Amino acid sequence: MTKIRVEDLTKVFGKKPQRALSLLKENKTKGEILEATGLTVGVNKASFDVNEGEVFVIMGLSGSGKSTLVRLLNRLIEPTSGAVYLDDKNLAEMDEKTLRTVRRRDMSMVFQNFGLFPFRSIQSNVEFGLEIQGLGREERTQKAIEALKLVGLEGYENMLPDELSGGMQQRVGLARALANDPEILLMDEAFSALDPLIRKDMQDELLDLQQTMKRTIIFITHDLDEALRIGDRITIMKDGAIVQIGTPEEILTNPANNYVEKFVEDVDRSKVYTAQNVMARPESVQPEREGPRVALQRMRQSGISSIYAIRRDRELLGIVHASELSKLVDEGKDDFSEVIRTDVPRVELHTPVSEVIDIITDSSVPAAVVQDGKLRGIIIRSSVLSALSGKEVNLDETISESTSS
Amino acid sequence: MKLFPSLPLAEWVEALVDWLTNADLLFEAIEMLISFILTALQTVMEVVPIPVFIIGIPLLTFFFAGRKIGLTIFVFLGLFLIDNLGFWEDMLIMLSLVLAATIISVVVGIPLGIWMSKSNTVEMIMKPILDFMQTLPQFVYLIPAVAFFGIGMEPGVIASVIFGMPPTIRLTNLGIREVSTEVIEAADAFGSTPSQKLYKVQLPMARTTIMAGVNQTIMLSLSMVVIASMIGADGLGDIVYAAVGRNDVGSGFEAGIAIVIVAIILDRLTSGFQLKQKKK
Repeated sequence: MTKIRVEDLTKVFGKKPQRALSLLKENKTKGEILEATGLTVGVNKASFDVNEGEVFVIMGLSGSGKSTLVRLLNRLIEPTSGAVYLDDKNLAEMDEKTLRTVRRRDMSMVFQNFGLFPFRSIQSNVEFGLEIQGLGREERTQKAIEALKLVGLEGYENMLPDELSGGMQQRVGLARALANDPEILLMDEAFSALDPLIRKDMQDELLDLQQTMKRTIIFITHDLDEALRIGDRITIMKDGAIVQIGTPEEILTNPANNYVEKFVEDVDRSKVYTAQNVMARPESVQPEREGPRVALQRMRQSGISSIYAIRRDRELLGIVHASELSKLVDEGKDDFSEVIRTDVPRVELHTPVSEVIDIITDSSVPAAVVQDGKLRGIIIRSSVLSALSGKEVNLDETISESTSS
Repeated sequence: MKLFPSLPLAEWVEALVDWLTNADLLFEAIEMLISFILTALQTVMEVVPIPVFIIGIPLLTFFFAGRKIGLTIFVFLGLFLIDNLGFWEDMLIMLSLVLAATIISVVVGIPLGIWMSKSNTVEMIMKPILDFMQTLPQFVYLIPAVAFFGIGMEPGVIASVIFGMPPTIRLTNLGIREVSTEVIEAADAFGSTPSQKLYKVQLPMARTTIMAGVNQTIMLSLSMVVIASMIGADGLGDIVYAAVGRNDVGSGFEAGIAIVIVAIILDRLTSGFQLKQKKK
C-alpha cells in the first residue's frame, strides 16, 4: 500500500523561484537555469511512491538534492511546486497547524549530526516530542524509557548527550524519533557521521528494529553500500532529479545510465549478492527411484564427477561421487543410498556471497543451496567469480522455480 | 568662505528634544518606575546587616564562581576594605544604580534581541542604532537625559541603560542565531510551535551567550557611574567626581579602588554563573 506519494516535487532556491519553473518544464538543466536566472534548483520534479513498511533509500552525492528532498517531505523546506501526499492529505498545501500535527504524530526525523539538545538529559531529549505534544510527565517518562530500551540505552537516562559516543548519541536520536510512535521515519544521513564499524552495527540494528516495528522509513545516504544493505528500494538522485528507482539488485545489474553505472562500479558485490543470485541449476538423482547406472549416465552427460541426491520432494540427502558409483555398478548393486555422503557444504538462499566464498574455497564439491532443507541450486566457484566481476547474475526467480518444479 | 552653509544639525536635535519634552507624562511615568526600582533595591540592600554582606558575598562567589579560594578571600578583603574606608553607604547607592540599569537593560534588551534574531530586517535596522548607542561619547547621553528627567539618580540610570544595553541585545541576537540549524530543524521536525521552539530550545541554547551580554552590560553600567555623577547621581562615582574637582588624589583613589573592587566582584559572579551553566 502506498504511504507517501510524491508528485512533481520541485524546490528552487533564490528570489522569485517561479521564474525557474517554466524553464524546468522545458527540460533545461540545473546549470542552464543557474546561468539564465541565478536560481539554484534543489529538487527537480521528483515523483515517487513509498510503500507502507518499506525502507526507501534516497541516494546521491552531496549536492544532488537528497537532503533537500527529505526536508520537503516534512516541509522543513517549503516546496516551490508539486505535491506530497501522506495517505490522501497533501502536505504541501497544509496550514501550519495541521502540519504541526502531522510532524508530531506521523513523521519523525533523525539527523546526520544527531540534532540533540545539549542542555537536556538523554531522557529529556527523548521526551522532547512528547513534551511538545503536551503529554503528562508520567506518560512521557514511560514512553521515553521504552524507546531508550528499544535502542539499547537503558541506564543512560540522566546523562547528557556530550557524555555519550557518536553511535550512542545517534541511538538517542533514533529513540527520540521512535518515542512519538510515528508511522514514518525520515532519516537524513543518519549513520554518515559514525565510523564504519559503528555504522554497520547501527544498520543491522535498524534492520532488526524494522523487523518488528514495520515503519515506513525514508533513508537518505550518499553511501551505496549502505543503501544496498538496508534499502528495500533505492532512488538515485543527480542534480536534484531522480535518475533511477529500483530494488538494490535492479540498480546493480541494470543501471539506468552512466551515472548510476559509475556509482555501482565500486560496490563490493560479494556483500550485495546472495547465494540465490549466483547459483546454477543443479543436476540431481533420486535414489528412491533411480539406480547407480542412471546417476552415472547423468554425470557423464553433464561432465561432472559428483551429483547431489535428493528425495522426491527435493529434500537434500547428500552427494555421491562417480568413483564410488562405478564400484557399486561393478559389484552389481542397484541401491546407492549407502554411498551418499551427507557432509556437504550447505548454504541458504539468502546467504551473502561473501560467506559462500569462504565455504566453497574449503570444499572440493559445489555448495548446495537449500531452502527448508530442499535443494534449490548449486554454487560452483566459477559462477561466483563471474558474478563478482559484474556479469551473469540470476535476478529473477526462474532458476529456483524451474529446479523446484 | 564656505561653499555650502553648514547644516543646522545642532538646531535640529534641539528642536527634536524640545518636542519630545512635550511627552512629559510618559517621561514622568518612566522616572517614577526607575525611582521605584532604585528605592526598592536600596531598601533591600540596606536591610541586610553589613557583616552578613561581607561574609555572604564571598560565600556566594565561592559556590558560583568555580570554588576558587583566592578569589573568595579577595572578595572578602575587598568588601571589608570598602566598609573600612567608610564607603559602604555610597557603594550601595552606586550598586543600586548599576543593578537598576542592568535590570532595565535585561528586561528591554532580551526581547529586543529575540526580535532582532527573528527578522533580518529588524537586525538590519537595529545594528547601526546599536553601533550608534555604543560609540557616541557617553557624555552626550547626559544632555537629553537631563532634559527629560532633570538631575539625580534617574537620568543616571537612563544614561547607563542606553550605554549598557547594546551588548545584551547584540549577544541575545547572536546567541539565538548561533544555535545550530540541525537543532532548530529537530525542534521544528517534532512539531514545535514558534514559542515552544523559543523557550524550550533557542533560549536555553543561547543562555551562555546571553549571560555574557548581561555581564558586559553590568560592566558598562558600572563604567557610567562616575559620568552619571556629573548630573547628580550619588554614590561612589560622586566621590570620585568631587575628588577630581578638588584635585584630591587621595580620596579619588580610595573611591576608585572601591569601584574596581565592586566591578571585579560583579564580573566574577556573573561570569561564574555563565561557567556553571556551561558545565551543567
